[in-house]
Parts: sequence; C-alpha cells; structure tokens
Amino acid sequence: MVLLWTDVLLFLLLVLLAIAIYGILKKPYLRERLQDSCSSPIRVASVLVLTTFVVIGVLDSIHFRQDNKVLSVLDLVLLPTSAQMESTYSAPFATELFVEHMEKVDAENIVWVTEKLIHVDPLPVLYLIGLGLIVGSILGFLLLLIAKRYFHNINTAATVSTYTIAITLVTLKILMLHYHVLGTDKVGVDVLYASFKSIRTGLVIGTVTTLVTLPFAILFGTLAGYMRGWVDDVIQYVYTTLSSIPGVLLIAAAVLTLDAVISRHDNFFSLMAQRSDMRTLILCVILGLTSWTVLCRILRAETLKLREQDFVLVSKIMGANTLQIIWRHIIPNLAHIIIITIALDFSALVLAEAVLSYVGVGVDPSTYSWGNMINSARMELGREPVIWWSLVGAFSLMFMMVLSANIFADAVRDALDPRAVSHVAN
Amino acid sequence: MWQYIFRRVLYAIPVLIGVNIITFALFFMLNSPDNIAHMQLGSKHVTKAEIDNWKKTHGYDLPLFFNSEQHSFTQTIFWQKSIRLFVFDFGVSDGGRDIGEAISDRYLPSLSIAVPALIVGLFVNIVTAMVMAFFRGGYIDHWGVILCVISMSISTLFYIIAGQYFVARVLKWVPVSGYVDGFYSLKFIALPVLVSVVAGIGAGTRWYRALFLEEISKDYVRTARSKGLSEPQVLFGHVLPNALVPILTGVVVIIPLLFMGSLLLESFFAIPGLGSFTIDAIQNQDFSIVRAMVFLGTILYIVGLILTDISYVIVDPRVRFN
Repeated sequence: MVLLWTDVLLFLLLVLLAIAIYGILKKPYLRERLQDSCSSPIRVASVLVLTTFVVIGVLDSIHFRQDNKVLSVLDLVLLPTSAQMESTYSAPFATELFVEHMEKVDAENIVWVTEKLIHVDPLPVLYLIGLGLIVGSILGFLLLLIAKRYFHNINTAATVSTYTIAITLVTLKILMLHYHVLGTDKVGVDVLYASFKSIRTGLVIGTVTTLVTLPFAILFGTLAGYMRGWVDDVIQYVYTTLSSIPGVLLIAAAVLTLDAVISRHDNFFSLMAQRSDMRTLILCVILGLTSWTVLCRILRAETLKLREQDFVLVSKIMGANTLQIIWRHIIPNLAHIIIITIALDFSALVLAEAVLSYVGVGVDPSTYSWGNMINSARMELGREPVIWWSLVGAFSLMFMMVLSANIFADAVRDALDPRAVSHVAN
Repeated sequence: MWQYIFRRVLYAIPVLIGVNIITFALFFMLNSPDNIAHMQLGSKHVTKAEIDNWKKTHGYDLPLFFNSEQHSFTQTIFWQKSIRLFVFDFGVSDGGRDIGEAISDRYLPSLSIAVPALIVGLFVNIVTAMVMAFFRGGYIDHWGVILCVISMSISTLFYIIAGQYFVARVLKWVPVSGYVDGFYSLKFIALPVLVSVVAGIGAGTRWYRALFLEEISKDYVRTARSKGLSEPQVLFGHVLPNALVPILTGVVVIIPLLFMGSLLLESFFAIPGLGSFTIDAIQNQDFSIVRAMVFLGTILYIVGLILTDISYVIVDPRVRFN
C-alpha cells in the first residue's frame, strides 16, 4: 500500500460526505425534500452518473507499489491497457500506427511502412458490443437486485440509468481488451485509459479544494459576522485585499513561487508519484486559499442576520460564550448555504483545472488530467489529417462529470435553500 | 458626491498596500532572488558568479528591506520593486524589456476583443433571457434552461478549439489567428468575439432569467397587470428596466478589467494583447511581469468596485451616499 496525501484527503472527504448524507436522511423533512427534488428522471440519472465517477475515482485512489511503480486498483481493472503502451499515435479502433515511418530496403530505395499495434486483437466490433450488452445487462440486473434491498423506491429512470451505465462500462471494458477504443496519444498511452485516470484528478481538485476553503470561510465568516467591531474590520480587510487580486493571476503567482520552492527541494520525495501528488495538493491548497473569500462574505452576511435572532439572545442570556453560540446556533443554521456552495463550486473547479493546466499552472505534467490531455492534443489540430481523439476523450468525460455535477447541484439547492422554491413556483 | 468618491478612493489605499505586501511576500520572501535567477538561467549547472551577475543586472542584488551599507530604505528590493509600483513604474521584465511600454502597446488589441465581446454578449444574453422569461413555464423556457445547463458544462477550451477548427480551418471564413491594426482587424476579431459570446451564453442567460423571474414575482408587476397592461408592455416597460439595475451594476465591475484582456482567447488567437502577454510571462516564469500584472489587475478591479458603488447610487434612488 502507498498512501498519497490526496488519497487520504479524498477518503476523509468521503467519510464527511457520508456523515452529511446520514445527517440529512435522519431528518424526515429534509429527506422528503431531497427525495422530491431528486425525483425527476434527469436528476436521478445525474446522481447515478456522478456516483459512477466517484466510484472510479475511489478505485483510482487505492494505491500500491509494484516493481517500483505506483499503481492503483483502477490500473488492475484496466490491466492489459494500463500496462502496455504503443510507440505513438494510433486512430480509434485502428490496427496500425497512425504515422508511417521510413524503412530502408537497400541503399537506394526507401519504403514507408506502418507498424502493427502491439495491443490490438481485432475481433469483430459488433460481436464485442453484443457480448458487452449481455454481460452489462446481467451486471445491471445484479446491481439493481442489491439496490432493492436498501432502497424501496427505485423508479424507471433509476432502472434505465443503472442498465445504461453498467452496459456502457462493461462494453468499454470488453472493447478495451481488444482495441484502443479512442486510439493512443503521442507517447502511445491509450486515450480512453488516460481519460478514466483523469477522473480522479478532477475529483481531487473539485473536492479537496473545498476542504481547504471551509475552515477559513466558516471560522472567519462567523467570527466577523458575530463579533463585529475590530475583528470584523480586520477580517473584512483581509478578504477584500485577497479578493481584489484577479483570481488567475494570484493562483499563477502562488503556483510559480511554490514551484520554485519545490524544485529546490526535489530530493524530499522518494517516488515520482509522491512529487506529482504534492503538486496537485499544492494546487488545491492555493485554489482554496484564493477562493475562500467568496463563501466567507456570504457567511458573514448571513451571520449578521442570525445574530439578531431570538434563540441567539436566549442562549446568550443562559450564559453561553461566543464559541458555543457560533458552534451550536450559528453554524447549523449556515449548513445549507455551505452544502449548496460546495455543490456549486465543484463543477467550476473541475472546469478551472483544464484552464489552469493550459495556462501552465495546473497539475504536474506527469499527472493524468483532462487539462493536460487537452493541452498536449491541441498542438496536433494543425496537422492533416487531424488527430481529434484525445480531445474527444478528455472533453466528453469532463462534460459528463461537470454536467451531472451541475444538475446534482441544482437538486441540492432546490432541496436545501428555503428561497429556491419561490423561484420555481413562478 | 465628490466627497463620497474621495472617501471610496481613500478606502482603496490600504487594500492596495495589502496587495503590495502579499505579492512582495510571495515573490521575494517565499521565493528568493536566487531561485528566480536559477529559473531564468535554466540549467542546473550555473556558477555562483553567473547568478550574482544576473541578480546585479536585474536589480535583485539589493537587501530586502534595509540597506545597511548605504543606510537607506530606497536602495532595497522592497522599495525598488514594490513601492515603485504605486507610481506605475513597472520596471523591466526578467527578459529585459520595459514592462510599462509593453502595457501601453498591448492594451488596445485587448480592448478590441474584450469590448465587442462584452457588448454583444450582454445583448444576446438579455434577449434570450427575456424570451425565456416571456414563455416562462412553457416548452421554450424548459428546454432553454436545459440547454443553458448543458452549455455551462462545456469547457471554454472546447468552444475555443471547436470554433477555431470549424470556422477557421474547415469553413475558412476567417484566418485561424493573428492580428493587424486598423479596420482590417475585423476579420481577426470576429471569431474570438463569437467564441466568447457563445461560451458565456449559458451562464449569462440562466442568471439573467433568474433576475427577470425575481422581478416578475414582485408586487408592482401585479399592479401593472391589474391596470390592464399586456404582457409585452409589462415585461419591456416595467420588468426590463428594473432588472437591468443588477445586470448593469454587475457589468460595471468588470469594465476596467477589460484592459487586462482574456488569457485564453488572446493566447489561442495570437492577439498581441495584455492577456497573451500575461500568459507568456507565466509560461516563461517571468516574475517581474506577473507581479506587475497582479498589481495592475488589482488597481483596475478596485476602480471597478468604486464605479459599481457610484453606478448604484445613480441608477437606484433607494441607495444613498453614506
């Protein structure tokens, strides 16, 4: 077992998420609202798609060491694809490399030949898809059988989505055994495999960043709103100053600086994976440190309203001190805002990762991420015939994750925000 | 009113000092001039003399805060590199060019993309949001919202890459990238503006639709309807002007920032503006330029905030100077 820092934080977050879900489900009125707002077919589908992404991400976060390489469970699942590499580009479902290379026959003649792909076993695609349909349906059926023990209200949308996801994943897996479904990239890595590996990076950026944000935003927001006076002034000054710096520039400045610091202490990391993992973590911390101001401002404004409420006054009369009041009365009443913000921020962060990688201040180039895939693939758009498959792989998976996260965030907001209902009613 | 503006400008000073200290700490305390020299000189096998020489020519050989040799505060990195920013003396880049000159050369191309993109985008978003608000609850509204969420979920990079590929490479309507001064820049500007508008349409329309719907649920709209006004009269005569207040004040914040240009668009379309200047500086790890742009961006943002406050007072009679 190898435990990377982001793994630990991701698992910690999953535990927190489980506690939050348990807390919500325990309260009947919240459970009812959540069920109501998640009942439309699109939202059911998006929850299931998002769960699939999380499962893939978690599988990719259980790392172990093998022959001096750090592998994850996902690598085992995708085994032949993850271990073998071609030498360079190949098109989707191709049997030969995309580029021809010269071979000298004798001193005069040169022939152009294409090399056979190592990792392709060309069985008919339709036959493989048929096999995927059958095996996927069986898997979907089994999953639903298990799910029915725990959930009583599985509707048509849930059933259809489960079958679709199961069949898609199984079919892709079977196809990946025989082909490069989305071809290979410049260094010969299977594009679909790289896209799947990038899911974890997206998840880490989207969630660990929030974990960094929360302590600052909650502590400073509630303190400023509740204590008023000079505490409020100082905290307001700090977040006004930080938020005055344009986001990308502050992130770029911080990443450049810390990069210089890391590169001076290179020998600190024994494994390549640890180094690139640290870079991802630092990116999350920087994103968090530059973005807590938004939530902090909202929480401060809300605390200002809450502190005038009667229940706060009563508890003050009963002798509770400031921290007790904030912990017992203010924070629980801010919980819905915090949860909604987490959900809404997630998709923005996943999208931001791609942009930051393009700017050159994203995750380490050796980490699989959609941003890195796009960044290296866009150079190839100029050539004829065009190499489009890396872009398709990265963009389509990123789109699916962000779309389902957006829809899910809307569902969460409708369920938890008391004001959201009035909008819908009109 | 002038007194109010004066006070707002005074408030900005401590913020600017704070930003100055943050950037100084980031660039010179966490990161020593030795590191910067190492990154600029590249290879790992540089001699101490080369580094010292580089530091001397770029003015990084001074002490941080107090020069004990000359007993002065001005012959220090803090004074030369940070305090001088307040008088818009950006110094020279690590590559050796004058930053102030580069900025004055480059802000016009940035504006020629950013201003049309903002105006066209604003117009398109308001129109689509009005249409959806007019048909609220119906099919157009329902599918409109779904399309908005879908378009919000697509990365800006996709819009840029796809737009560049199909419009410029396949259809060959406009050049792929580049820029010229004057009227002929139009063919270079058209595609970036189009891409920027399309990329922003989802989030913008959804937000404006919510603003319109919030206005529609207010009492004065009911009064207008009960007077017997038709739905278009209510929407265009009452809802639109009132909903424009948050929309316009939201736009005022970003107007000064338009000078900074767009990092992505300018870099993809090879527009010689401040956005591509910044992105090149980041990729070349040119700390001087990044520091100058951070400071410039902050000033512009603060100007935007002050303008927002003023515009609130102008358009919304309920807000008073205080």
